[in-house]
Amino acid sequence: MSTDLLVQERRHRWRARPELGALLAAAAVFLFFAVVADSFLRASSIGTVLYAASTIGIMAVPVALLMIGGEFDLSAGVLVTTAALASAMVSYQLTAVTWVGVLVSLLVALAIGAFNGWLLGRTRLPSFIVTLGTFLMLTGANLGVTKLVSGTVSTKPISDMQGFESCRLLFASEVTVGGLTIKATVWWWLGLVAVGSWVLLRTSFGNWVFAVGGDAAAARAVGVPVARTKTCLYLGVAFCAWVLGQHLLFSFGTVQSGEGVGNELIYIVAAVIGGCLITGGYGSVAGSALGALIFGMASKGIVYAEWDPDWFKFFLGAMLLLAALLNSYVKHRAERGR
Amino acid sequence: MTADQDGGVARVRRTVALVLLLALAAGCSSTGGLRAERAREKASAGAGTAVTTPRWRVAMVTHAGAGDAFWDTVRKGAEQAAAKDNITFLYSNDAQTQGQVQLVQAAIDQKVDGLLVTLAKGEAMTEVLGKAKAAGIPVISLNSGAEFSARLGALTHVGQDESTAGQAAGTALAGRGRHSVLCVIHEQGNVGQEQRCAGAHSTFAGPLQTLYVTGTNLPDARAAIAAKLQADQAVDTVLTLSAPLAATALQAVADARRPVETDTFDLGTDVVAGLKSGAVGFAVDQQPYLQGYEGVDLLWLYRSNLDMLGGGHPVLTGPQVLTKADADRLAEYVARGTR
Repeated sequence: MSTDLLVQERRHRWRARPELGALLAAAAVFLFFAVVADSFLRASSIGTVLYAASTIGIMAVPVALLMIGGEFDLSAGVLVTTAALASAMVSYQLTAVTWVGVLVSLLVALAIGAFNGWLLGRTRLPSFIVTLGTFLMLTGANLGVTKLVSGTVSTKPISDMQGFESCRLLFASEVTVGGLTIKATVWWWLGLVAVGSWVLLRTSFGNWVFAVGGDAAAARAVGVPVARTKTCLYLGVAFCAWVLGQHLLFSFGTVQSGEGVGNELIYIVAAVIGGCLITGGYGSVAGSALGALIFGMASKGIVYAEWDPDWFKFFLGAMLLLAALLNSYVKHRAERGR
Repeated sequence: MTADQDGGVARVRRTVALVLLLALAAGCSSTGGLRAERAREKASAGAGTAVTTPRWRVAMVTHAGAGDAFWDTVRKGAEQAAAKDNITFLYSNDAQTQGQVQLVQAAIDQKVDGLLVTLAKGEAMTEVLGKAKAAGIPVISLNSGAEFSARLGALTHVGQDESTAGQAAGTALAGRGRHSVLCVIHEQGNVGQEQRCAGAHSTFAGPLQTLYVTGTNLPDARAAIAAKLQADQAVDTVLTLSAPLAATALQAVADARRPVETDTFDLGTDVVAGLKSGAVGFAVDQQPYLQGYEGVDLLWLYRSNLDMLGGGHPVLTGPQVLTKADADRLAEYVARGTR
């Protein structure tokens, strides 16, 4: 192969990357708010935007992987709350070191993820229905169990318990450098994006994910363990929900049982903006991070721009739609270029 | 086309325009509508700004869901005070803890001159309000969370004590001879709503059950309340915690076809109409307009003169128990959106 061909080949590979459109859209949203919102470029504002993006991005990583694998998880939003509640209540009720609650909570979250995957594999029902069921069950259980155990709708504060500080260091600490405050969730987010990308692009498991999402029957025919792959993806969602749940608990000390509803759609939106196809088989983890960043910038940028809050959701929807349009435009051009 | 035809077309056009104009003039309503609303607004608006302080910016961050009539009234009060005090008023809201915390952080990033914040999620606001304090931004807490206010470094709290309000409701229920009450909670996880039901329970001797509904999905709430009323024949009173829910409960009572009284916290057009007709027994009002107005005004007083009303104790805006006797006067104020 001549050097010329190699360069051309490389350029095509770059242009066909699923996250290219999202990268341009993110740059466009950033420039837009840098111009229209005075306080958007301050160091402290950038910290706030990154924090908002990270709390979406942590979940967008496994949700993107799951979507590439051809499935949805509508229970992802409330699962975060479940993980936080489990941790808080176990620690408080047993008067245990908070690490006990953290570990039990991990088991609870993974059990729910495994249940989602198992049910999907056994019943062959659409994941939309299966996880809609678990979503509703968890929403009810979050309130029901919390009320039963704590007597109120939120958990009792655990901020004075042993182990809280060290847990906080891991899940909810922050570092301030020159006015820019970086929360622990940002590191978790970057780490998860790196691990997720590596798994997807460099391991055989990653190939299986693309295969089961592209054509499950064909994948099964060539010997890919379809059900096991999908269960692993649901376990990934559960793990990340656990991380984010612990963050919420250790930054606020208490957890409200009714939260998390609706966030599952935001995670899916971040993955889709980042280039994941709703039909599965195509997408990227880095793209989901860009999607989360776009969502974080748009949702906070509107506040910094001091636009009428009554129109907040309208602006947010319009920004996301524009970002998605730019994304698909770029992708089509790239594909035609090939 | 000939000149004669041309003139014909023009004549027809003129006639049509004239008829339309006449129809429009004859079709004007002399009562209600936008014109009446404008007149009311004109009557309620003051003479203009009179203060000499510089243009300050005050942000209000609440735990409200979008499009809630109650919070619209709070904002109206705040905007009125802001207009009077030469203040730019910024409002934002998020029903989820994490979202509200991020919005408070955004207000700090914007370097506002004062911050009004609701403490429905109490404990969770500790860290971010510490940052507001470190940035030198005066904070006043609003509406819910009086018990957290001082500990979290707020100058004072403007609102009603939810337990006291609940007790007032319980006393009113007992006074009206009710037997069995259904208390409808519409925001899962809102401590203030739990306190209201618990307060009512403490002064009302009979049985009081709670029912959870989704405040942002009113048809669903209506069905849930109606189903409960049909299933439990002993319940003779529904106690709702907001005006939209009171209107929903009135519909649910009609659906259930049972003589059940609706009582409520907060006011709204339907509630006032209900008070007038007798369908609503009483309304416990916390005067949202006053919360917004006083919140902004107290921050202005603090910045311009270091004044603090109440000396650090909560400034109470309720409970005010309103009955049929007040309905007529209230109707006008509710219609213009300030009650």
